[in-house]
Amino acid sequence: MIYDYLYKLTGSEIWAGVIQSFFPLFLFILPFALFAVWLERKVSAHMQDRLGPMRVGYHGALQTIADILKLLQKEDIVATENDKPLFNLAPVIVFAGSYAVFAAIPFSGAFIGSNIDLGLFFIIAVSGLVVAGILMAGWASNNKYSLLGAMRSAAQIISYEIPTIIVVLTIVMITGTLSLYKLSELQSGYFWNWMIFGGPGPGLHKFLFIPFMFIGFIILYISTLAEVNRTPFDIPEAESELVAGYHTEYSGMKFAMFFLAEYANMFAVSAIVAAVFFGGYQSPFGYLGNAFNLPWLIPIEQFFWFTAKGLFFVFVQMWLRWTLPRLRVDQLMAVCWKYLIPISFVNLIIVGLISVL
Amino acid sequence: MQYFSEAIKSLWTVLVGMKVTFKHLFVPSVTIQYPDIKLALPERERNRLYVNMDDCIGCDQCARACPVNCITIETVKGLPDEDLGKTSSGKRKALWVTQFDIDFAKCCYCQLCVFPCPTECIYMTDVYEFSEYERSDLNFSFVTLTPEEITQKKENFAKLESEKARLKAEQAAQKAETAAKVSAEKNVADQSGKKEK
Repeated sequence: MIYDYLYKLTGSEIWAGVIQSFFPLFLFILPFALFAVWLERKVSAHMQDRLGPMRVGYHGALQTIADILKLLQKEDIVATENDKPLFNLAPVIVFAGSYAVFAAIPFSGAFIGSNIDLGLFFIIAVSGLVVAGILMAGWASNNKYSLLGAMRSAAQIISYEIPTIIVVLTIVMITGTLSLYKLSELQSGYFWNWMIFGGPGPGLHKFLFIPFMFIGFIILYISTLAEVNRTPFDIPEAESELVAGYHTEYSGMKFAMFFLAEYANMFAVSAIVAAVFFGGYQSPFGYLGNAFNLPWLIPIEQFFWFTAKGLFFVFVQMWLRWTLPRLRVDQLMAVCWKYLIPISFVNLIIVGLISVL
Repeated sequence: MQYFSEAIKSLWTVLVGMKVTFKHLFVPSVTIQYPDIKLALPERERNRLYVNMDDCIGCDQCARACPVNCITIETVKGLPDEDLGKTSSGKRKALWVTQFDIDFAKCCYCQLCVFPCPTECIYMTDVYEFSEYERSDLNFSFVTLTPEEITQKKENFAKLESEKARLKAEQAAQKAETAAKVSAEKNVADQSGKKEK
C-alpha cells in the first residue's frame, strides 16, 4: 500500500496521511476534470456532426487549460443582496462533498484513500453533503432561478438516493461486505466473476442472479445519473429554464469549483458502478504482471482498468446527454417513485430469496 | 402488465436513441474550420466591388446606375496634347479620374453598376471579409493618382480653361473692335456722303 511506503519515507503518520490525501486531487481529479471537459465537448460536437474545440493544441487538447486560465482571471462577483458567508461557503462544501467520496474509492489494489469497512455506506452518506452545499448556494444567491434549481436538486438527489441504496443493499446482501476493497477483491479473476455476471459464487445461484444483477445495474446507473444532475435528469441546472440553476450567480474560481465538483462527481458515481458491478479495479482477463512475473506492474494495471471502466461510464453519461431530452419534474418523480423504487425493492426480495435457496 | 411493457419499452427506446447518436459519433463533421478552410463561393456571387482604374474612362455610368448613390466620381479633362493612355479594349481615355469612391457601408451589392460599364472595369470580387470598426473606413477609394497629381491635373485644366476663356474674350474683344471699326467707317462714309450732297 502507498500509505505504508509514504510512512516509511516520511517517518510520520501525519505527513503520510496528508500526502496521501492529496493524491486523488492532484493526480486524479484535476487531470480527469481537464480531460473530461474536453471529452464532453468533443463527444457532444461529434454527436452533432461538428468538430468541437480545434484551436488550442492538437484537436483542442489544451482547451480546458485555456478555459481554466480564463476563469482564474475573472472577477469574483458577489452581489450586495447575497448572503455572503453562505455564498462563499457553498462551493467549498460542494467540492468537499464530492472530494470526500474519493477517499473510499479503490483506485487499485495498492491505493485506496481510506480502507474503511463501511466504504459504500460512507460514499452514500458523504455524497449527501453535496445537497447541503447546493441548497446553500441556491439560497444564498438570492436569485429565483438559483433557488428553484437548488430546490429541484435537493428533491431529486434525495429521491434518487433511495433506489441507489436499495441496489447497493442487494449487492451487500450477496457479498456480505460494505468495503469497496473487499468487494473488488471478491470479483478478482476473470470477468465472469464480476457481480454483473452473478458474482464469484459457484453453481446455480450465479446463473439465477444474472438477470436481477442486470436490472440492479440499470437502476443503479439511472439513479446515480440523476444524483449527479446529468441529462436527462438535469432539471436543477436546466439551462433553457433556469439559466444555470444553483450556480447562476457564481463566477470565476467559485464557478470553477462547482464545475470541478460536478466532474468529480461524475467520475465518483461511475467508479461506484464499476466497483459494485464491474469488478472494480480487477482486470477482465488476468494481469500482464502475473504473466511476466512482474509484481510491481499489477497495481498499475489495476489503476488502468479502474480508470478505463470509470471513463467508459462517464462516456456513457455524455452519450446519454446527447440522446435523451430532459425530463419534466413530474416525470422525474414518477420514474423514481413509480418505477425505480418498486422494481429495485422487488429485485432486492428476489435476490434475497435466491441467496437463501 | 402494462406497467412492465412501458418500462421495457422506455428502456428499449433509450437504446434505440443511443444507437442513433453513436452512429453520428463517426459521421464526418459537416462544419469546416472557417478561417482556415473556406467553402467555394457560388459562380455569380456578389461581394465587394473592385474597380480596375487602368481601364476606367470616367464615364460616370456606374454612379448613375447606382440605386443608393454609393459611388462618387469626379473627373477632370486632360489637356489636348496629353496622352492619357488607352483602355485594354483600345478606347482612348480623355478624362483624369480624380475621385472614385465607393462607400461599402451604403452599397447594397445589387451589381447594377457592373452592367453599364463600357470597359468592364468595375466588377464583383470574392472578398467578403472586410468588416471595419469605423463606418468611415468602409469608404474605399480606387483612385490611382497621388494627391499632388490630382491638384496638378486640376490646375492644368483650370489653366486650360482660363486660357480658353482668355482666348475667347480676346476673340470677342477683337470681334467687337472690328465690328466697331466697320460701323465707324460706315458712319464716316455716310457722313461724307451727306456732306457731298
